Amino acid sequence: MSRRLLIALLAAGALFMIFPFVWTVVTSITVGGDVLTTPRLIPERAGLDGYRKLFEFLPFWRIALNSLVLAVVSTALLLITSSTAAYAFARLEFPGKNVVFVGYLATLMIPMQVLVVPLFIEIRALDLVDTYASLIVPTIASAFGVFLLRQSVAVLPRELDEAAFVDGAGHIRIFLRIILPLIRPALATYGLFAFMSSWNAFLWPLVAIRSREFMTLPLGLSTLSGQYSNQWNAIMAGSVVSIVPMLVLYALAQKHIVQSVANAGLK
Amino acid sequence: MVGPKGIRKAGIVALFLLPSAVPLAMFTIAPMVAAGWISLHSWNLQSPMRWIGLDNYTRLLGDADTRDALLHTLLFLALYLPLVYVCGLALAVAFNRRFPGRNLLRSMYFLPVVTSWVVVALTWKWLLNPANGLVNHLLGLAGIPGPGWWASPGWAIPSTVIASAWKDSGFVMVILLAGLQSIPEEYLEAARLDGASAWQSFWKVTFPLLTPSSYFVVMISLISGFQVFDQIYVMTGGGPAGASRPLVEEIYDLTFRYGDAGGASALSLLLFALILVVTVVQQRLQRRWVHYV
Repeated sequence: MSRRLLIALLAAGALFMIFPFVWTVVTSITVGGDVLTTPRLIPERAGLDGYRKLFEFLPFWRIALNSLVLAVVSTALLLITSSTAAYAFARLEFPGKNVVFVGYLATLMIPMQVLVVPLFIEIRALDLVDTYASLIVPTIASAFGVFLLRQSVAVLPRELDEAAFVDGAGHIRIFLRIILPLIRPALATYGLFAFMSSWNAFLWPLVAIRSREFMTLPLGLSTLSGQYSNQWNAIMAGSVVSIVPMLVLYALAQKHIVQSVANAGLK
Repeated sequence: MVGPKGIRKAGIVALFLLPSAVPLAMFTIAPMVAAGWISLHSWNLQSPMRWIGLDNYTRLLGDADTRDALLHTLLFLALYLPLVYVCGLALAVAFNRRFPGRNLLRSMYFLPVVTSWVVVALTWKWLLNPANGLVNHLLGLAGIPGPGWWASPGWAIPSTVIASAWKDSGFVMVILLAGLQSIPEEYLEAARLDGASAWQSFWKVTFPLLTPSSYFVVMISLISGFQVFDQIYVMTGGGPAGASRPLVEEIYDLTFRYGDAGGASALSLLLFALILVVTVVQQRLQRRWVHYV
């Protein structure tokens, strides 16, 4: 295939990939009943009607803030718990280490979809349904993060720790001053994915949350489309609001995100 | 034996390990164990649990709703997996050449990957709206009567497959592209010297050497396909009339619609077992079709 034809085909395909986003934005600024008439790429009457309705139907600022706070807190917790466990498995010797490691491995195989009902029952027993705590609970620790970070600790030369040890440093100091700075790239990769998966999570918030004020963006959007199923400009306005932060993150860290997905396949 | 030094050492291990071990034990392992216990009971989340042994399992295995949910999940997979793989492979091969604007174009194909399932589902629900959607409008202009998409029983699952493939093909592309780029140039050079056409060298050299990456894609897609929920729940709500309800939604409905925590727990464990079996079978089968350099 000639190079020109290839580029033309790929560009046409790329437009197809981008178009749904364009259509989302177009619909979000189309005013009132115009949404349900003949579709137009350039709306006859454009305005922020959809956005106004969005904030009228749901406490949308609060919901967006919930998503942001939750994503930041989850990411921070996951980075802390995963990196300390990574250090324990890579650098500490203790009896039963292998058994504990297999235990972590086992949790890796249990997806949220399988866990959702028993976890809900547990949260209900702890009286945490419909609270921020219920949203955070499944994202305090993740075996996936432990494995990812353990790998990057394990490849660091042990001479580094030993030199520090001779200088009188303990494990806490070695972890904070030597190991953590050296695994920054892995922390960044994992942090990005933790943030994205928290931001985009749907099933668990759907189960754990009832009230509007504790909803996250995906749950708020799904509720919106359930209750106002014909208000497409409001629904698309909500979609735009929830895509924008991800777009910014993607624009800033694109290379990093694509590279870590590529690496995942090469193992 | 356990002197002050030993206690100090145990303290260090606890300090580093407990922050992850306690939450994992409490919120992953404990609920799974509880699911096993609950699945042996009849329980509506309110009244006291009643022991019924394996009745939940035998009931589910003969239940029409469960069978339908399994069939919907399998149908979703049967359509989604080939589609997303072929799209991803075609893109990976195309992007495995150098040309101006390559990075920009590739990032456009990857964009849907970072978007949430709910947004993807809503966007496609709107595009594929049978009455006012853009796709049926364009089909109408071309004189083709558009189908009922997510609102019709026959098209509901294909509609969710289109949305899913749109979101995931960029992900598959990136993984296969990395695989393509790790194939040593000498192999293709040798094929060229032996007079192989581009077509032949793709199928005889490139494709076999890409199988480790393909295996990874197939595994990930199978596992996530068995757990499909978000996009179907948002696009069709499992409907119309349950025509697209997947296994995970059946679990959700059993709990929150029918108050059948025992049955839902049993089905959760069956789904878990299913995913494990598929993983193990794939692991075994890979020896037959995955070639490592």
